[in-house]
Amino acid sequence: MQQRKSVTQEYTNSVLLNGTLETPKWWPYLVSILSFFVLVGIGLFFVQIYYGLGVTGLSRPVYWGLYITTFVFWVGISHAGIMISAILRLTQAEWRRPVTRAAEILTIFSLLTALVFPLIHAGRTWRIIYWLLPFDFARGIWPNIRSPLFMDPIAIGTYLTGSTLFLFVALIPDLAVLRDRTTGLRKGFYTILAMGWRGNPRQWKMQVVGGILLSALMLPIFVSVHSIVSWDFAVTIGVEGWHSTIFAPYFVIGAVHSGVSAVVTMMALMRWGWGWNDFIRPEHFDALARLLTVVATAWLGFTFLELLFSLYGLDAPEIALREMQIFQYPWNMLFLLFLLTGFIIPVPMWLFKRVRTNIALMFWSSIMVNIGMWLERFLIIVPGLSRKTPFVFTWESYTPSWFEWYILFWSFCWVTLLMLLFSKVFPLVPLFEQKESEVFSDSVKIGRANVPTIFREEEE
Amino acid sequence: MSKSILGLFLDPNSAADAMDGLKESGFEQGSFDVLTGTPYPEGAFGEHVPQHRLFRFPAFGAIIGFSASLFLTSATQLAYPLITGGKPILSIFAMLIIMYEMTMLSAVIFSVIGIIFESRLPNIHPSAYDPRITEGYIGVVISVEDKDLNKAKAVFEKTGSEEVKVV
Repeated sequence: MQQRKSVTQEYTNSVLLNGTLETPKWWPYLVSILSFFVLVGIGLFFVQIYYGLGVTGLSRPVYWGLYITTFVFWVGISHAGIMISAILRLTQAEWRRPVTRAAEILTIFSLLTALVFPLIHAGRTWRIIYWLLPFDFARGIWPNIRSPLFMDPIAIGTYLTGSTLFLFVALIPDLAVLRDRTTGLRKGFYTILAMGWRGNPRQWKMQVVGGILLSALMLPIFVSVHSIVSWDFAVTIGVEGWHSTIFAPYFVIGAVHSGVSAVVTMMALMRWGWGWNDFIRPEHFDALARLLTVVATAWLGFTFLELLFSLYGLDAPEIALREMQIFQYPWNMLFLLFLLTGFIIPVPMWLFKRVRTNIALMFWSSIMVNIGMWLERFLIIVPGLSRKTPFVFTWESYTPSWFEWYILFWSFCWVTLLMLLFSKVFPLVPLFEQKESEVFSDSVKIGRANVPTIFREEEE
Repeated sequence: MSKSILGLFLDPNSAADAMDGLKESGFEQGSFDVLTGTPYPEGAFGEHVPQHRLFRFPAFGAIIGFSASLFLTSATQLAYPLITGGKPILSIFAMLIIMYEMTMLSAVIFSVIGIIFESRLPNIHPSAYDPRITEGYIGVVISVEDKDLNKAKAVFEKTGSEEVKVV
């Protein structure tokens, strides 16, 4: 931690609460613009309900298009939180401290957004209740538990509930800081949420032990969520390109790749927007880029394994699909763009420390990864369906309508708006984690060198 | 009548001295506590190391979640016994996935209940406190009878307390 600057707890409070207790000049403008786009999107959703799914480009045989692609994309982004927060907490990685809260919030808001997409995609949204809840006592028809389309909301619901509780527990000490620094109604609000937190050894011990316990419990859920999302496709025998045995780990590693990249994007924006240069430092981007290099390489391995396994069986329809995906226009262009943005451009960039510690380059390379990861999901979902197959007599391919493109754009506005609203009420960087880091850091003289050190308590 | 006294310290060593002083003056270990704005290493102030039973909560939650999910997945299938492809009514592998998720969900919910309970929250009647604790000050708080008030105050003053508050 060479770039660390020793700061007081008072300074930490004043800087990291500048977005919560004060309002940055750009905040109201950005929130107003985003609110406008979000409201237009909600309006379009009602228009779609009125006119039906005919306003989209969905048609036989492509029933799953941009909406489902974007659903999988946002579930993927949600894997940032637990990957960063739980794994780094369990391994006691020091550089996790400024990143964890942002990653957890990103998890929650991207899951909320992901959950909206099947509702939009369903057309008659209200009918989803029959699909999800065992409530139709009159007719005795229950949800089909054998379907991954039922397992999916259960897994995402579990992940969303768990992540929200995980975030809340870690927020309690910071809520006490806000309680101590506000007046009037806001003080009342934070007083209720802080539940009388005082910061005695018992409460701190529960924060530390509880954080590790919840991390350990959330990790298996994290792995299961995208595995189950992958089964939405993998258990469908009739669609080439979907019926793959390695889809579960392939989806999980892809989700980590896109999720951690999204955290990089978000950290850069937080540093620029709120000026938290003393807390979100180039060394944090450096550490995230190293992690991403490993994750991206593993993900590329799975991408080629998936391709290899599909060709190895010498199944004619499968080979035809791959030929279309890789060599036929326009899919070949998308495939090339996907490989370039998902791996070929960003990963070699990250091999250089100058890039890893350059925040602007990290920002743009992380955006690039997520363009690639969105395309990956699109290339998995759509070509498999749009291929000519027996007994399908409408061989039209799929062109998303402007409705669908707008709803995709809406989802980004929606997540950003939620993050900005959150930042006005709660701190985006965990204050107590930063303060703890100060308590546990020092420097040790070894020979003539002054070495910055971090102490770690021995677990009993 | 019992009163709550809070001594505020800037230096962790002085706060630790105050804790030692209170012990030496004959106050019971459970009657005083240290309040900080950040976690310090366990035993840094010579405080009583708290014991907890947090790990029982997720285990209990997991049992409840597993039982509820077993009931839900099997009962809904048995209530509408539609034989598909000559396969058994109860689809064990599909049930296991739902049961896994619900077991984990319940374990997480009970863990959070456990964390809140073991932190002794919500704390509706908090004793002496000062907002400066979340700004870096270290508070040593003790509940005493009127007769022991001066004895406790003397300990705080002797160990270099920045301020002593009586509530």
